[in-house]
Amino acid sequence: MHIDTGALPAYARGCAVLGSGGGGPVTIARAAALQALDDHGPVRVVQPADLDPDLLVMPVGTAGSSAVMSERVGGTDEPLYLRQKIEELYGTPVAALMASEIGGANGCLAVAWAARLGLPLVDADGMGRAFPRMDQTVMQLRGISPTPAVVCDGRGRTVVIDHVSGRWLERLVRAALEPFGGQVATSEYVLRGHQVASSTALGSVTRALRLGTALPAPLISGKVAETGSILVEGLGPDLGRLVRVEAGTEFLAVMEDGAPLAAVPDVIAMLDSRTGEAVDTEHVRYGLRVSIVRVPCDPVWHTPEGLRLAGPEAFGLFALPAPATSSAPPGGPPPAAASALREDPPAATPSPPQRPVTS
Amino acid sequence: MRIGIDVGGTNTDAALIGDGGEVLATVKSPTTEDVTGGVAAALAGLGATQVSAVMIGTTHFVNALVEAARLEPVAAVRLGLPATAALPPMVDWPERLRKVVEGASYLCHGGHEYDGTPISELDPEELRRVAADIRARGLRSVAISSVFSPVSDSSERRAAEILAAELGQEAHLSLSCEIGRVGLLARENATIVNAALRPLAERAVAAFSQALKVAGIDAPLFLSQNDGTLMDLSRATRYPVATFASGPTNSMRGAAYLSGLTDCAVVDIGGTTSDVGILVGGFPREASGEAMVAEVRTNFRIPDVLSIGIGGGSLVAEDGSVGPRSVGYRLPEEALVFGGGTLTATDLAVAAGHADIGDPSLVAGLDPARPLKLIADRVADAVDRMRTSSDPLPVVLVGGGSILIRELPGFEDVRRPDHYAVANAVGAAIAQVGGEVDRVFSGPRDTVLAEAKAEAVARAERAGAREGSVRIADVEEVPLAYLPGDATRIRVKAVGDLDLEKINA
Repeated sequence: MHIDTGALPAYARGCAVLGSGGGGPVTIARAAALQALDDHGPVRVVQPADLDPDLLVMPVGTAGSSAVMSERVGGTDEPLYLRQKIEELYGTPVAALMASEIGGANGCLAVAWAARLGLPLVDADGMGRAFPRMDQTVMQLRGISPTPAVVCDGRGRTVVIDHVSGRWLERLVRAALEPFGGQVATSEYVLRGHQVASSTALGSVTRALRLGTALPAPLISGKVAETGSILVEGLGPDLGRLVRVEAGTEFLAVMEDGAPLAAVPDVIAMLDSRTGEAVDTEHVRYGLRVSIVRVPCDPVWHTPEGLRLAGPEAFGLFALPAPATSSAPPGGPPPAAASALREDPPAATPSPPQRPVTS
Repeated sequence: MRIGIDVGGTNTDAALIGDGGEVLATVKSPTTEDVTGGVAAALAGLGATQVSAVMIGTTHFVNALVEAARLEPVAAVRLGLPATAALPPMVDWPERLRKVVEGASYLCHGGHEYDGTPISELDPEELRRVAADIRARGLRSVAISSVFSPVSDSSERRAAEILAAELGQEAHLSLSCEIGRVGLLARENATIVNAALRPLAERAVAAFSQALKVAGIDAPLFLSQNDGTLMDLSRATRYPVATFASGPTNSMRGAAYLSGLTDCAVVDIGGTTSDVGILVGGFPREASGEAMVAEVRTNFRIPDVLSIGIGGGSLVAEDGSVGPRSVGYRLPEEALVFGGGTLTATDLAVAAGHADIGDPSLVAGLDPARPLKLIADRVADAVDRMRTSSDPLPVVLVGGGSILIRELPGFEDVRRPDHYAVANAVGAAIAQVGGEVDRVFSGPRDTVLAEAKAEAVARAERAGAREGSVRIADVEEVPLAYLPGDATRIRVKAVGDLDLEKINA
């Protein structure tokens, strides 16, 4: 399978849906991917089984501000510097790239950078969606070390971060943002080929492509009736219904009559009924006609470890009744190796501020 | 007295406004191929020559872009290497326009980070080589953009000096810091569009001036900008792109003036479409994100307008549905009430007794109730989409097609003011002078806010506003997520009355 300029628009739409209302400006990243595919040709998508077990799979992405990304649009050399430093640190060649985060801009940037490096892209990613923190990954749950990790910019200014947990990696990267101008290219949780099948969200690329052409039936279709605390009023067949949407940098929960129709870690996407485009949390405005869809997350996020790292309570939503539809299906992946990394006390690394559920 | 003129695609409307603000005379005449013919006819129709100022709103420039005609090829120079190389200029343009407008693109060093730190040093030698190539290609319009120029414009200004020195007087330079906001590609696109329009702007402005002279009017001429404020001819020549959305803006401002409301919804119903906008404090609410103009993504400020395909010339189908197809400017020949053979929305309004146009006996057998109800429902739905809260909202109807609507379900206060058919020309005539600041600030909130406001007021005064008349019209603060140091994007708009003595001095 390949991603070429023909397949990219659907893939980008799917990435926007998996952004769950966050994940950065897909428009810019999609344009960067189109340009890279134009310059270097299609990107081959490979399955984990096809990877050389001992060679490296390099997760890639950006961290920082959307506003910076839309102004200082990326350079061409970030992936070159990332690969060079990762190969030097691990002493092994990089055989393939993987999106750290399939949802939002980073899903498209992974395609752009794979094209620029002439490397294949693995049909997997670190999250299966977008999350606000770098450590909210399946690799973290599976005990893969986040470091040595590399942070760089388009000039090759590089910071290597080592000997820290996922939470500390997040803190150190955030601290590095200011001198880097508010946005950086990163690679962390580097994998060997044989680790991909058991330690990532699988099938992410094909999933984004599929979601770009067909979406699940909406939970509700209607209009945005309030934006401070987001309310969506049903229209047409949903007339008379009213749901509340909890949001931080992503959409976190959809509540109806005090019960959740959907909640993080499942993906919640809001689609503009007129254009079909995914609406991000910053652009929800009164009167917008929308439909809200729920896309199940990778089952690993519904395990106790997964919920602790990226469930409702990790986003400040306490005492949320579990949505009837989102319990972990039987036969899902086994729970993560829980104690591979010692986590720091939560007080040292506050979660992003979120509104509690009060209904 | 002032004269306001709106040069639309179909009609050129004009209004004469007295010193007390009263509408003294109005006239509608067809827009001519050369544009100035229609303006001359409108001026002749008003018959007044002793006026203090003439304000023109025109869709001439945006139409040139839509038609991909009368455009100049552009050299796009971007400063920001090694950043931005992933996306060269014009990367997201439609092929049809890109073919016409793309002269050459250059990625050069320069630009800044969000906090003003240089990305790389500007390289004068590199720019001189660029200038040599621009000259060799025979290009005369140059668009200069640089990363975070809304924060620091020094790269663009320095590059402009170097290029101007190399290219000489004939070259037109357009700077992105003068045109758009944060968001490089969209701002750069708007700058390239502006550069492509520069020669046309010079011709059009000269032609408008000539039309005034022929009409015997010796008064200063201004063009309306997107935000409902005025620019003088020298600025209009340099920034034609700032006129792009002046049509809907003038309609809305005129509607506010004629109805006496400052906060309301405005529905401008023309021959083919109904444009719905929202007035806040007498000015149109602006689109929040990026605006597509002729399929080019831009981010200059234009009013947030929702257009639906219903107008006075809309075709009425057998099942009672109306639009989006329209007879447009052929309404006076094709509508039933004018003896034509096409059932149009205007015929419905006449049959219902809403308007006295043409020959009502020609539509005597028509039952207009259901299709008119469908029209009202769709317009009401469009207004509802545009409102920002469920509070009661007055609706002002303007434009020739507004006879289609008597009432709107869900809206209690619906009015159509006198002179509704030329609200756009009235809006041009009453325009004020503005100044705007839109930058990323770091520092204590009160300090930076005061700094931004003072700068906006100073800009308005520099643009010709009477001192003391300038007030802050709009303040917007956007904290930038994931950025350290409390960086906040602050936008402040100040407006004041035109000081004609200052202009004439």
